[in-house]
Amino acid sequence: MTQFEPVIGMEVHVELATESKIFCGCSTRFGQEPNTQTCPICLGMPGVLPVVNRKAVEFTIRTALALNCLINERTWFDRKNYYYPDLPKNYQISQNYACLGVNGWIEIPVGDSVKRVRINNVHLEEDAGKLVHTELPGADYSLVDLNRAGTPLIEIVSEPDMASAEEALAYMVTLKNLLEYIEVSDCKMQEGRLRFEVNISLREAGSSKLGTKVEIKNLNSMKTALKCIEYEMKRQSEILASGGRVVQETRLWDEATGETRAMRSKEFAHDYRYFPDPDLVEIHIPPSWQEEVRQNLPELQDAKRRRYIEELGLPEYDARVLTASKKTATYYEKAVAAYHNPKAISNWMMTEVLRELREREMDADELPLKPEGLAAIVRMIDEGKISGKIGKEVFQKALESGEAPEAIVQREGLIQVSDTGEVERWVDEAISENPDMAEKIRAGNEKTIQALVGQVMKKSRGKANPKLVNELIRQKLTN
Amino acid sequence: MELFRLTAHELAELLRRREVSSYEITRAVLTRIAEIEPKVQAYISVTGDEALQMAKEADELLAKGEAPSQLTGIPVAIKDNMCTRGTLTTCASKILGNFVPPYDATTVARLREKKAVFVGKTNMDEFAMGSSTENSGIKPTLNPWDLSRIPGGSSGGSAAAIAADMAIVATGSDTGGSIRQPAAFCGVVGLKPTYGLVSRYGLVAFASSLDQIGPITKDVTDAALLLNELAGHDPMDSTSADVECPDYTKFLGRDLRGVRVGLPKEFFGEGLDPEVEGSVRAAIGELEKLGAEITEVSLPHSPYAVATYYLCATAEASSNLARYDGVKYGLRVDADNIIDMFSRTRSAGFGTEVKRRIMLGTYALSAGYYDAYYLKALKVRTLIKRDFDQAFEKCDVIAGPTTPTPAFRLGEKTANPLEMYLSDIFTISVNLAGICGISVPCGVSQSKLPIGLQLIAPAFEEGRLFRVAYAYEQATEWHRQRAQYVTL
Ligand SMILES: [Zn+2]
Repeated sequence: MTQFEPVIGMEVHVELATESKIFCGCSTRFGQEPNTQTCPICLGMPGVLPVVNRKAVEFTIRTALALNCLINERTWFDRKNYYYPDLPKNYQISQNYACLGVNGWIEIPVGDSVKRVRINNVHLEEDAGKLVHTELPGADYSLVDLNRAGTPLIEIVSEPDMASAEEALAYMVTLKNLLEYIEVSDCKMQEGRLRFEVNISLREAGSSKLGTKVEIKNLNSMKTALKCIEYEMKRQSEILASGGRVVQETRLWDEATGETRAMRSKEFAHDYRYFPDPDLVEIHIPPSWQEEVRQNLPELQDAKRRRYIEELGLPEYDARVLTASKKTATYYEKAVAAYHNPKAISNWMMTEVLRELREREMDADELPLKPEGLAAIVRMIDEGKISGKIGKEVFQKALESGEAPEAIVQREGLIQVSDTGEVERWVDEAISENPDMAEKIRAGNEKTIQALVGQVMKKSRGKANPKLVNELIRQKLTN
Repeated sequence: MELFRLTAHELAELLRRREVSSYEITRAVLTRIAEIEPKVQAYISVTGDEALQMAKEADELLAKGEAPSQLTGIPVAIKDNMCTRGTLTTCASKILGNFVPPYDATTVARLREKKAVFVGKTNMDEFAMGSSTENSGIKPTLNPWDLSRIPGGSSGGSAAAIAADMAIVATGSDTGGSIRQPAAFCGVVGLKPTYGLVSRYGLVAFASSLDQIGPITKDVTDAALLLNELAGHDPMDSTSADVECPDYTKFLGRDLRGVRVGLPKEFFGEGLDPEVEGSVRAAIGELEKLGAEITEVSLPHSPYAVATYYLCATAEASSNLARYDGVKYGLRVDADNIIDMFSRTRSAGFGTEVKRRIMLGTYALSAGYYDAYYLKALKVRTLIKRDFDQAFEKCDVIAGPTTPTPAFRLGEKTANPLEMYLSDIFTISVNLAGICGISVPCGVSQSKLPIGLQLIAPAFEEGRLFRVAYAYEQATEWHRQRAQYVTL
């Protein structure tokens, strides 16, 4: 049987983290009441004109540079004409003839090595609004929310350089990390800040001849994009294996069925009739502006990793893990800023924090325990106020309730007992309850000391200061 | 004294001397409108109550001697494609329905700030697409000189209102001649400023790269006064030029010595009415008497101007007018699904000429035709611009007819769009080149219709237009003929 391999390209839409929209002064805040973040300009009222947000242009230059693109020194906006009720002007201001950045690349990890995926272009455009389909029985209308209309959006168009679903995933993860590092977007997929379109074709394994390409729109998370790629690979290979032909078309991902379906021809335009938007003027991006943006790029992953090793004294491994995601690194840095014990905090990050993030499928900035809270736990341990074991309990409790760790320790009386009298009572009880252990210690068995300390800790429900316990046991049973 | 017959600068002087109030002037103009409007139909909305209120506010400032402008307290008519906060703005189209903008066009805001008095919104060809105001979706406007004739277009309402003394000054918009051509047909002054001199924010777009707002007035001085208020950089309009604007009245003088006036030979060829040619040549003789040097120039690509214009303008219009879909404001004709709702709304809301141009423009931008039509038109546009650059190496201003004929009869050209388009043959290239032009009265035909002289200057050289136009106006009587012939 013929083996097929996929040829995958992606278009990634990224909503930029500017305060205001791309062509008007409206806020880009998410989750507001419908149509409250609007004005005559983003509502497409008669006679209004767009004025470009310079910050959005700068963010696009930043992205294009980070993706190793050539910058078009003269770039402009074109109108993409199509009718859709969430598009107030029935054209989208986008770029087609002179995209801001072209011919770039990004390196993605593939197995133990890296692979270069070529970037065709990076361009800037405005987002559309949203249709809200009412669930009311008998309702024969949809509602339009234009809060999102005019949010600056960049589109990153790759060449079809990915040869498997795994490579496509690596591309998405690497790109998301990069975008977070250069601080152009918060990349929150639940809020639609990052959206994917996939084009995929199959060819016979080893062949260089490209097959017929299918485009799939409407993919709102990496997981969905991955499922969609796998589904399409299966669908197309079944068609080809049975001697059929794949139709070149645009398909839509249906989350409910987990399948793709062909879009009806009326659902998308065949001819966007792009032409330069006469309401906007050319944007000139001289080398001096490019250099300025380059100089002001936020610290990227490599630089951060080196700094963690050189300035914070972290091992190479810790530094690599902590900088793999910008949000994790930011969390870590905030914690270290609140309490300066880089290695101890790193240990907590690498174990407790990363495990929680994995389990909860969260980014670090979404964790209910703030970095200052983590710092407080480590400080309390260092100060001998609580034991490491209690620290882990407090960590879990703080995650559940969102309460400050100090408050939890206070309220639950978890402060470590260093009062010699009380600790001595627990030690004496433990010795009398475990005579054989005591005997071994007297005989010089060092290891048993730790076991007996454990017994005392258990008695005190973790509150006894383990260092003090250790000392008292030695006093009483050795020499 | 019939206050409504005076010019803005004459009234400003009376206001300054406190011999008359803005309230009295406004009332006089409103009374005149009430009397004449049924015959001429220049207005879509007359805002009498608001006007009297604005006049009272202007009078308060005038009484304190704090008038911010010569136009403070002066009744102004505004073409109905400029957004006016709280006042119906129709563009003479059914598709806008009862649209009341929650914002002012920048030009409107500037006049409001200077306490000019808004008497109403004037009729026009729907979306400014036309040369006779017969394409208005509301009603036609008639030429005050001869009610069987059209006033020109698309700013026909504004030009007729000024010619019939139903406003003191008016704003118009000019995409291919829509200020100058009706000004010529109605025997008044109309100026199309350089592209970018006047903000387009709030001007309902027809063709964004060509549209420009300008004054329509009884004489040249008033045009300078109005342009003083309209011109200037606007951060809300990316295509607005960031240039210093002079006080245009400073250019008004009587001497033309040293001024080189170029006559493009292409403007005096076939199709030019002999009476129009006679009047324009006589006007040029007058300029020579005033000291100007006359020289022949050539604009070799002028024969392509109309074709180029109808590709560029319609392409932009097809996209600009896409927003009128029944979803957000204006007319909506319901249907079972969104596609049918769009198409029913647009079928019912747009008139024939607008539909024709949307189709033409859509075609010009379509895949497979873009290079052959739209891109080619842009290239010719560059050549037309270069023609003017070369001509202006030999002269300071260009002079010629504004229109090939005087005003034609209602219905005369409605059956033949091409013939209608040709009435803008001398004005269109100025828009394509983005430069400035003015039309001033220069004669009256045998059939008692006014004739216009067009003067054209390089970008941002409106001062030259004012200098030449004013000297000519002061040396002749044509701007006073209106009073004799317009007897309503
Ligand atoms: Zn807005």
